[in-house]
Amino acid sequence: MDEKNSVPEKEFLQEGSLILSSSPHIRTSMTTSRIMLQVLLCLLPVVAASIWFYGWNALRVILLCMIFCVGMEYLWCKIAKTPHTCKDFSALVTGLILALNLSPLIPWWLCLIGAFIAIIIAKEVFGGLGQNPFTPAAVARVALLIGATKPMTTWAPLPSAFHHFDGVTSATPLSAAAEFSAVTSATPTAAANTQLAIFNSNEFLWNAFLGNIGGCLGETSTLAILIGAAGLVYLGIIRLYIPVAILATITIFIWIVNGISPGTTPGPMFHLLTGGVMIGAFFMATDYVTSPVTNLGKIVFGAGIGIIVCVIRIWGSYPEGMSFAIVIMNALVPLIDKLCYKRPFGWNPPAGTFQPRRGEIK
Amino acid sequence: MKNNMPIHPKHFEGGIHPADHKELSAAGLIRNIPLLDKYTLVIQQNIGAPPKLNVQKGDTVLKGQKIADAGGFVSVPLHAPTSGTIGEILEIPGANGAPVQAVEIISDGKDEWCEPMTPYPNWRDQNRELLLERVREAGIVGMGGAAFPTHAKLSPPPEKIIDTLVINGAECEPYLTADDRLMREYPEQVLTGAEICAKILRISHIVIGIEENKPDAINILRRKAKRNRNIQIIPLHVRYPQGGEKQLIYALTGRKVVAGGLPMDVGCVVQNVGTLKAIADAVTEGRPLIERIVTVTGTPVKDTGNFHLRLGTPVEKALEAAGGLQSPVGKLILGGPMMGFAQSSLKVSVSKNTSGILFLANDEVRQFEAGPCLSCGRCVDACPMRLLVSTLSKVCENERYDLAEENYVLSCLECGICTYVCPAGRPNVQHFRRAKAEINEKRRKNK
Repeated sequence: MDEKNSVPEKEFLQEGSLILSSSPHIRTSMTTSRIMLQVLLCLLPVVAASIWFYGWNALRVILLCMIFCVGMEYLWCKIAKTPHTCKDFSALVTGLILALNLSPLIPWWLCLIGAFIAIIIAKEVFGGLGQNPFTPAAVARVALLIGATKPMTTWAPLPSAFHHFDGVTSATPLSAAAEFSAVTSATPTAAANTQLAIFNSNEFLWNAFLGNIGGCLGETSTLAILIGAAGLVYLGIIRLYIPVAILATITIFIWIVNGISPGTTPGPMFHLLTGGVMIGAFFMATDYVTSPVTNLGKIVFGAGIGIIVCVIRIWGSYPEGMSFAIVIMNALVPLIDKLCYKRPFGWNPPAGTFQPRRGEIK
Repeated sequence: MKNNMPIHPKHFEGGIHPADHKELSAAGLIRNIPLLDKYTLVIQQNIGAPPKLNVQKGDTVLKGQKIADAGGFVSVPLHAPTSGTIGEILEIPGANGAPVQAVEIISDGKDEWCEPMTPYPNWRDQNRELLLERVREAGIVGMGGAAFPTHAKLSPPPEKIIDTLVINGAECEPYLTADDRLMREYPEQVLTGAEICAKILRISHIVIGIEENKPDAINILRRKAKRNRNIQIIPLHVRYPQGGEKQLIYALTGRKVVAGGLPMDVGCVVQNVGTLKAIADAVTEGRPLIERIVTVTGTPVKDTGNFHLRLGTPVEKALEAAGGLQSPVGKLILGGPMMGFAQSSLKVSVSKNTSGILFLANDEVRQFEAGPCLSCGRCVDACPMRLLVSTLSKVCENERYDLAEENYVLSCLECGICTYVCPAGRPNVQHFRRAKAEINEKRRKNK
């Protein structure tokens, strides 16, 4: 102890070694890589659910996509001779989200193509992280869906479903609903009405909520997505503006459509719980880089996605439109931010000039 | 006349609350330090014209004697912190890094007062011109950090109607507790100073804003303020930068200072509590401003606390008074960690606007490599001026200062929040400082 006390104070402070910089001198402990790790952490429930429902095939797709994405990023940095950016973990997040948007039966080479599209075409050619106008995973999914429709829409049976729900294990309820609306718009039949009743039944919705229905890896279990989303909100990574705007818009839109012409499409709960709406709303549309920074802008962005999804689902030729909607709205983000930005403090003074308090002037 | 604005929103939009570490220095009483052998007094301690030295090397001076006259209207005199002889007039490192002129005063150990200015214990009977003159003669400047001469602030142009005196007791900077201690130990002086200012301004309404994390200060001032029902003490949300002039006025009165405007445009004059104590001392006791309360703090400091430090006290002596260091220091800061200035040397001395001397340990100093902007919007949420920081920062990075101006960069108050919150480690506020300097430079040339 004495020895420690006898250390001259000069040891603690050398004039030449004081760090000089301009203020602020303290910083938050949050960093880009920490955000990405926290997102990965919040996706764990979704990963667990997909493995539970689809078995090792799910793990295979997830690992392939993540490895391919990081590999693509590494290769790009090597070839383009840019500083290595793999350590910010953003490629891992892209890879995982891409995997969660694929069918468990997808062949490995489609994972590779997806990773190439997501990392190289959607991100790196624009200048890397922070510069990409479109959500990489959504772009990859859209490209694969258009270019390889068959493998992308071949759904696996659910070996571990809590109890089998008849008729929708091999095709997703969404495609069934799409066929169904095509039929009903012409001639409503008794069979169609039965189908509609099934989709609106509590039993079906409950199964959809838990994940007992077919679909992409990450789309199955709404419960798991909500657990992950709660984590995102708790950790302060996302704010609820975008997801709530999307979900509310879909609910209202479907409600209005069904109000005007009853029987067009199943009820709002069906649309919220099936397909990519949940994972899209909480994990893809909230991608920082490709969403607005203003709170009002986030609401407009979310509402736009909600409307596009509904339009594609009800009248479009694809059963699902979440990634289309996200990519379309991504393109509008700079415009939305410009229009939704209110001017700084003091640039919108309250109407009327300042009036002094009465009776205070002497 | 209907006033449909909220009267006390108590907070502003945006802002953050970093870990404030006020517990390091908030507990003990304000301490005195022994008389030093030598004080190094920076000559220009105010914004505006530099004061003119009226003594030469070898002159003997007494404590409180005026050693420099005001160099214009926006300038104040400077007084000797102790009795002794004038030593060298030399250049020392200034708080913002550039060398500044300073005068040495070699103490004779007697600490003998010069003939004091007439005290006005019954100041209520004096006329306001006399009081205003006293504020000026005592060398009082804004002690919150800006160092703007107080008498200039207290004499607004006649066409501006002033109805509210806003007192800044927010002390939103992390680590600093000087104002907190001052309000707890000198509440009487703070209130007297406020009343003197109100008299000079010919108004009666006084609002004092104090952040809620200083309950003792709020209670003591509330108790003492019962004698004057025109004084309102309003607890404010704990959020940086609550003490920013425009944010404080908005929080206390609901009025928004228009961009490019001054508080007097909305009928307010803002004073810091430290300034008020200096005013009270000058008026009721005739003492010029020769010392101030400074927080000496930081984890490497052994015995942190608040000290009465005479102007011209070198930082190394202040550190000695605080017991010295116990662990390695990475950064020395004059002021708070959000807006203070990093120093390269312990030779720098205390001046009228030094509110804190902060030592940051090596591991508390985080150095960043700026990454790409993620557009996460944390800066946009936190900006107290509601600027579109993420866009602005990219624009400034590309040196498009014309676009920066279009995006209102001149509204930036340089509080540093945007740099604090950025997960990518981007130097946002640093970009804006440069942009503002470049734009102002261009405007000057065009004139």
